[in-house]
Amino acid sequence: MNNFKVLVNGIIKENPTFVLLLGMCPTLGTTSSAINGMSMGLATMCVLILSNLIIASIKKLIPDAVRIPSYIVVIASLVTVLQMVIKAYAPDIDKSLGLFIPLIVVNCIILGRAEAFAAKNGPVASIFDGIGIGLGFTIALTCLGAVRELLGTGAIFGVTLWGENYGMLMFVLAPGAFLALGYLIVLFNKITKKA
Amino acid sequence: MANKLVVSLSPHVHSGDSVQKNMYWVCIALVPALLCSFVSFGVGAIITTAISVAACVFFEWAINKFMLKNPKCTICDGSAILTGILLAFNLPSNIQPWIIIVGAFFAIGVVKMTFGGLGCNLFNPALAGRAFLLISFPVQMTTWPVPGQGFGTYLDAETGATPLSVMKAAFKTGNPEMLNELPSFQDMLLGNTGGCLGEVCAAALILGFIILLVKKVITWHIPVSILLTVAVFSGLLNLANPVYANPLAELMSGGLLLGAIFMATDYVTSPMSKNGQLVYGVAIGVLTVIIRAYGAYPEGMSFAILIMNAFVPLINNKFKPKRFGEVPAKK
Amino acid sequence: MKKLKSSLTNMLVVLTVITIVAAGVLASVNAVTAPQIEKINAENLAAGIKAVMGSDDITVSEPVHVGDYTVYDISDNQGNQLGKAVVTTENGFGGPLKVLVGFNTNGDILGYTVLEHQETPGLGAKAGEWFQKDGKGNIIGMNPGKNNFTVSKDGGEVDAITASTITSRAFLRAIHNAYTKVIAGGDVVSGATQQASAVDGESGATQQASAVDGESGATQQASAADMGTPEVIE
Repeated sequence: MNNFKVLVNGIIKENPTFVLLLGMCPTLGTTSSAINGMSMGLATMCVLILSNLIIASIKKLIPDAVRIPSYIVVIASLVTVLQMVIKAYAPDIDKSLGLFIPLIVVNCIILGRAEAFAAKNGPVASIFDGIGIGLGFTIALTCLGAVRELLGTGAIFGVTLWGENYGMLMFVLAPGAFLALGYLIVLFNKITKKA
Repeated sequence: MANKLVVSLSPHVHSGDSVQKNMYWVCIALVPALLCSFVSFGVGAIITTAISVAACVFFEWAINKFMLKNPKCTICDGSAILTGILLAFNLPSNIQPWIIIVGAFFAIGVVKMTFGGLGCNLFNPALAGRAFLLISFPVQMTTWPVPGQGFGTYLDAETGATPLSVMKAAFKTGNPEMLNELPSFQDMLLGNTGGCLGEVCAAALILGFIILLVKKVITWHIPVSILLTVAVFSGLLNLANPVYANPLAELMSGGLLLGAIFMATDYVTSPMSKNGQLVYGVAIGVLTVIIRAYGAYPEGMSFAILIMNAFVPLINNKFKPKRFGEVPAKK
Repeated sequence: MKKLKSSLTNMLVVLTVITIVAAGVLASVNAVTAPQIEKINAENLAAGIKAVMGSDDITVSEPVHVGDYTVYDISDNQGNQLGKAVVTTENGFGGPLKVLVGFNTNGDILGYTVLEHQETPGLGAKAGEWFQKDGKGNIIGMNPGKNNFTVSKDGGEVDAITASTITSRAFLRAIHNAYTKVIAGGDVVSGATQQASAVDGESGATQQASAVDGESGATQQASAADMGTPEVIE
């Protein structure tokens, strides 16, 4: 598999949200608006690329029996670094996502890719896998966030289209997240199965 | 040709029962409540019901024709009309038309047709539509008109408290004297109180119940078990602490009668066997009283029925109906 | 290079090295970012205080903690006392509701800002704008000691956020508590004796609170009769 294929694979064939159904907690929890979904996706992508790179580089040094704890320490450190950097240099993102960034540690996409891809492939391919899966996750979260924001508040990316009075509040709340995700998966399957 | 000759096991007796016939009898049984609602809330009640029925029938027809491409006429069985009436009965009469249409789309498009149409839906479409609207538009869904403002009243109706909101306020403040604000039993019986348009007139709903029982459209099991459970449970609460309303007021207020008689008994979303129906009814009654007393929302009936809808497959699994001609195995 | 075997020594060494490296990285990043985070927090607070006091030319004292409340004495640049800014927390509908509220020396509310909240978007989350000067439930200029500082449904003078009575009650309680615990009982002007007097004032403050509660209890029945707004829905 060449690197470009790895990248596209992460976005479509193994899209973490629509196909693998991984990382549902941040998917449902952070997508109350398009911008929140996108920020969460990008933050996850940063961690994913770095963790894939580091794990692919040091995988030979890690004995099999302790690989999971080692991966978790690497991932947790990366997330903590990311959290501190965001707090210090991007306080606005921290305000809306602060609660969810520590949750990236337990996002199964990261550990899943470390175990399924980075532990078996070289560092360069792992970076591309990180970008691909990360982009797939970001796109999915942005779409979900956009749908929920549009239906729930009548705005998209903060631009008001038909006003909050006509928004269906349920889509901002948890049940709407499940419904919107279900219908997006239907749509995704319909498009990809045809192609 | 092949379809004309129906070969089945004996006995070959047909009771004349059909989905269509049952649906239309339920609609007829709902007419007295609609008339009472017109008397209480004016023309808004009729307009709301008409919009709701039209929207439900339209969405069922459109989805069936353009998305499922099913040549069968599914709107002819009357189930969409019934869903429309029940959805409207769960709305305040002064609600804006576009909200009704959104609710009808959710009820038919999401809750019913997504699962494959009549007979396949897990939840009662009208109730799910109401729950969706209640969560999505809490302001519009909880400003109920006060009755007796003339027959021309629609969107401009004055709004006021309902018996359930009085009960909730009494409980929240712990002041049993607030319950004196409740309307008299005569008013509640005749629909002279605030609330959703179909739920206020207890007498008309009971008349509908009698019609359904006489025509054997439903059996007594589910409604009676719900009402008895609510009466006993709320009676116990009332004895323990007078901030809970007395059981008769609980029975006659809110959507309890409407839900127990017309919604919990929906064939598709209720258990098949008699024992299962009793379990289902008791559970709905208990949940309703709990939500009414302790929940954030004043009314618990719709949520209780929806929660128990989800348990119906499990109840059916435990309480299987007896097969025709089956003899209990001897031990 | 061959993969390391899972022998006890290998495992111990690898895990130890990884954790030490991770700890080192975290410590160094923390050293770089901590001052910056501190600075941002301080700036946010300063901006918030300026906003709630309605003035840019102010001097803010070191914070004083009175019970659960963080209090900042505010004076203008000539040293004249302007009032106090109080950080107060109350349980809202979705979680803690943290409000920064500014009082002048009479105890009138100059302004407020919601620092943290987890209220329902579209309902309780409106608290940030609803009670401002151009909002529907304007509380600016009110005095919790003189005005009946409860929602109109409970007989008070403040219009609750539509369909978010619980959030509105919590919000008003937060400010009311800040007033009774910090402003009303305490000597508003003197800074030196502040802590002691605030503690002394507490008994007085609770009395006042209960007086207000009693008042709302008396008017409850009347308010129940003309309840026009939707019930406790959120």
